[in-house]
Amino acid sequence: MIEIKDLSVKYQGKNQEILALDRLNIDINSGDIYTFIGPSGCGKSTFLYVLSGILKDYAGNVLVDGRDINPKTQRIGLILQNYGLLPWKNIYKNIMLGIKIKDREKVLDEYGIYILKKLGIETLLNRYPKELSGGQQQRVAIARAFILKPDLLLMDEPFSALDAITREEMQELFLNIWKENSVTTVFITHSVDEALYLGSKIVVFSPSPGRILEVLENPCFQADNLRYRDEYYDMSMKLRKTLDKG
Amino acid sequence: MLSRDKWLGALYGLLVVIILWYAVSWVLKIPIIPSPFAVFIHIIEIFESKMEIHLLYSLGRILGGIAISIIIGVPLGYLMGYFDKIDKVLSPLVYFTYPIPKIALLPIIMLLFGLGETSKLMMIVLIIIFQIIITSRDAVKGIPQEIFRSLQSLGASKLQTFTEVIIPASLPEVLTATRLALGTAVSILFFTETFGTEFGMGYFIMDSWMRVNYLDMYAGIVILSFMGFCIFSAIDISEKYICSWR
Repeated sequence: MIEIKDLSVKYQGKNQEILALDRLNIDINSGDIYTFIGPSGCGKSTFLYVLSGILKDYAGNVLVDGRDINPKTQRIGLILQNYGLLPWKNIYKNIMLGIKIKDREKVLDEYGIYILKKLGIETLLNRYPKELSGGQQQRVAIARAFILKPDLLLMDEPFSALDAITREEMQELFLNIWKENSVTTVFITHSVDEALYLGSKIVVFSPSPGRILEVLENPCFQADNLRYRDEYYDMSMKLRKTLDKG
Repeated sequence: MLSRDKWLGALYGLLVVIILWYAVSWVLKIPIIPSPFAVFIHIIEIFESKMEIHLLYSLGRILGGIAISIIIGVPLGYLMGYFDKIDKVLSPLVYFTYPIPKIALLPIIMLLFGLGETSKLMMIVLIIIFQIIITSRDAVKGIPQEIFRSLQSLGASKLQTFTEVIIPASLPEVLTATRLALGTAVSILFFTETFGTEFGMGYFIMDSWMRVNYLDMYAGIVILSFMGFCIFSAIDISEKYICSWR
């Protein structure tokens, strides 16, 4: 469980201090996917950097299972829009990076190989990131995050740089692997469709400075043929209205 | 290895130089410009007896100078690139001293450190270290933030950040800077070897000139150039090998 109380973040702009996040309050239950949706520039990414322990300069309280955020003791899987792969390491070494730093592990265990096969990247291990397509690189980033067996998975618009077909493929693949692990996941997106497809809960952000407008239960989560259902249409309208009100 | 094209290019360059040289010597027919073939034969005759020792001295000085510049310059550049505070203190110093023609400091260096090896090494280091510092610093600054964020979220230590990211990311640029600095370094070497030593290619060339032995003098110039070319190629090859991911 992640408890967030009165979380505010300011940063120094050119002339004045800019408020990026304004007193966020939310409890994130373990084993759920929370999709955070909001217009660009609303501080969604800033929020993610707080959770991942990258941004330490904030006001308020953020507790993960009752403790302060600390990337050294917690296992955090971070998946970014531009993959965050190291171009000078081949795919195998990129995938190993997480467990190498966390556990000084040097070889992939059975679970790791299972994940690679599931993502269909087990034949790419000797290649370098620049030799892979965007979709393949994102598969590598997902593999790296899951192989880490994280307590918390943070995803910052991971699929937004992919083309529409690859994106839907990746969303499905991600859900598939996620179901077997049920990692607590914070998923940042600006797509209503993606928020509905992947989120068991949907959190709507206001435009800058970021505030939480609403936290919605998503009845569409894990429904079959989601995109053809009435609930999907209703929820999508509801979300858009909340976003428009801002 | 160097690619075939590059070897062919070097061979082509060599041929053009020899043809032009031969043409000039054939047209002018004066002792100051002997034919290249006479010079090459002369090198074979005197290399072991007269030149080898000078070449070893020069080689030692140039490699020593480059090694010291890398050992001091690269870590300094890394620190400046990674820690803004260090950069703020040192950058103005580097920028201020960069355009000063260090060769003009030779008399001072010689007065302070004598005529021996120390002042020769110091001149080489003084001149090439700045390029290496600035390149290392800029290489670190140029690493995309996403890459650091991935590592931070994994709780990587500063040391791990250096070994996993900063060193491999900056190595190609540091090697390029070293390769480019080499031309300057050989010129400086020549200059410093014309004073206070009886060994080194610079001494050999100037001494031959004084003795009006033009064949010796040309042999010296050819060998000094060849030495520069060999070091240049060695760095180029290691660059290709180490940075195969590019």
